[in-house]
Amino acid sequence: MSLFAQGHTACGGCGMPIAVKLVLGGSGENSIVVSPTGCLEVTSTRYPQSAWGVPWIHSLFENAAAVASGIETALKVKGKKANVLVIGGDGATVDIGIRALSGMFERGHNVTYVCYDNEAYMNTGVQRSGSTPYGASATTSPAGKLSFGEDKPKKDTPAIAAAHGIPYVATASVGYPKDIVKKVKKAQEIVGPKYIQILAPCPTGWRFDGSKTIKLAKLAVETALFPVYEIENGEITKVKKIKERKPVEEYLKLQGRFKHLFKENKDQIEVIQKMADANAEKFGLDG
Amino acid sequence: MKLLPGGIVKPKTTVANKTGAWRTFIPIYDEDKCKKCGICETFCPEDCISVDENEFRHPDYDFCKGCGICAEECPADAIEMKYEEKE
Ligand SMILES: Cc1ncc(C[n+]2csc(CCOP(=O)(O)OP(=O)(O)O)c2C)c(N)n1
Ligand code: SF4
Ligand code: SF4
Ligand code: SF4
Ligand SMILES: [Mg+2]
Repeated sequence: MSLFAQGHTACGGCGMPIAVKLVLGGSGENSIVVSPTGCLEVTSTRYPQSAWGVPWIHSLFENAAAVASGIETALKVKGKKANVLVIGGDGATVDIGIRALSGMFERGHNVTYVCYDNEAYMNTGVQRSGSTPYGASATTSPAGKLSFGEDKPKKDTPAIAAAHGIPYVATASVGYPKDIVKKVKKAQEIVGPKYIQILAPCPTGWRFDGSKTIKLAKLAVETALFPVYEIENGEITKVKKIKERKPVEEYLKLQGRFKHLFKENKDQIEVIQKMADANAEKFGLDG
Repeated sequence: MKLLPGGIVKPKTTVANKTGAWRTFIPIYDEDKCKKCGICETFCPEDCISVDENEFRHPDYDFCKGCGICAEECPADAIEMKYEEKE
């Protein structure tokens, strides 16, 4: 058994627990984890139970980075060493908790902040977040006669993190497990604030069969819609190259949240393809 | 139930939840086809697949939710999802 036990109540096929067990695999036993409110907290710590095999604390939805900063400072004062992590959802990270996160980056706390990105507020019923991709239908950006779904591009949170001048920023996907373990290990060796954003497909909110989670986690990368890279001290140092980039349709068509695009809004698929092309160009993904 | 200060609970206590009851389809592993690669184990969201002394993998049906990821990702086509008859 890993450091994240069985019996958690995430939906069958959820990408989030896959991300969590891999992150803990990289971080090891000597870790302290903070999680804000969200599917991870709700499904892993139904009182009086816990799935966690390491010390874990629930913060509020909006202040995980502040709680982690306090823990890291307390350890320093006490002369103790442990890997302090936050593992939180995209809503908690890119929207409501971004002020606390920015403060943590600014103050230079030695914390690894991991965002499992399922691209919406899943635990409260699939409301759009800043991380929801363009064209996706969420309950607060529903597709309909007057709307093709989310009309804003996915917020570039890794770039926001990097703009703070922190030493390490990375993206990853549960489709590539070794890459996650490697990046977490690397982050733990660097002193200072680290930010890792991991794409973790949500079968319930994205509306696909749970058996396809890994397939989609790979397709997001293979289409260049979710580029996988590392930024060290502000410079892009590594990208996951794509041998034969796939058209975005291959990714979109497997998910209910994009279904409407194949009926009334075909022109939006071209817009999304252009976004993928721009990612490929920006990060030099092809080859 | 005794309420501990600050809501402290014991680690890994979710193992009391036998989430196998959620299952509609059950993964059946075929050892003749298995290449012992461990991919099923790596991706299982329940982390409920163990390895025996011959490196064959076995899902723990007490926890397996029947998501089908292992069957979808197995490169040797050694796992079949079957409708599970229940009483
Ligand atoms: C201040 C505050 N506002 C709203 C909520 C309700 N709430 C609980 S979980 C959640 C969504 C979490 O979304 P995300 O961080 O993306 O995690 P996910 O559930 O998708 O894993 C919301 C809105 C809350 N707990 N606290
Ligand atoms: S709603 Fe989505 S993220 Fe939440 S537990 Fe279910 S599959 Fe996982
Ligand atoms: S993925 Fe398939 S081949 Fe690999 S260990 Fe599991 S059952 Fe065997
Ligand atoms: S069906 Fe899903 S939960 Fe069951 S063993 Fe396979 S991957 Fe694990
Ligand atoms: Mg989310």
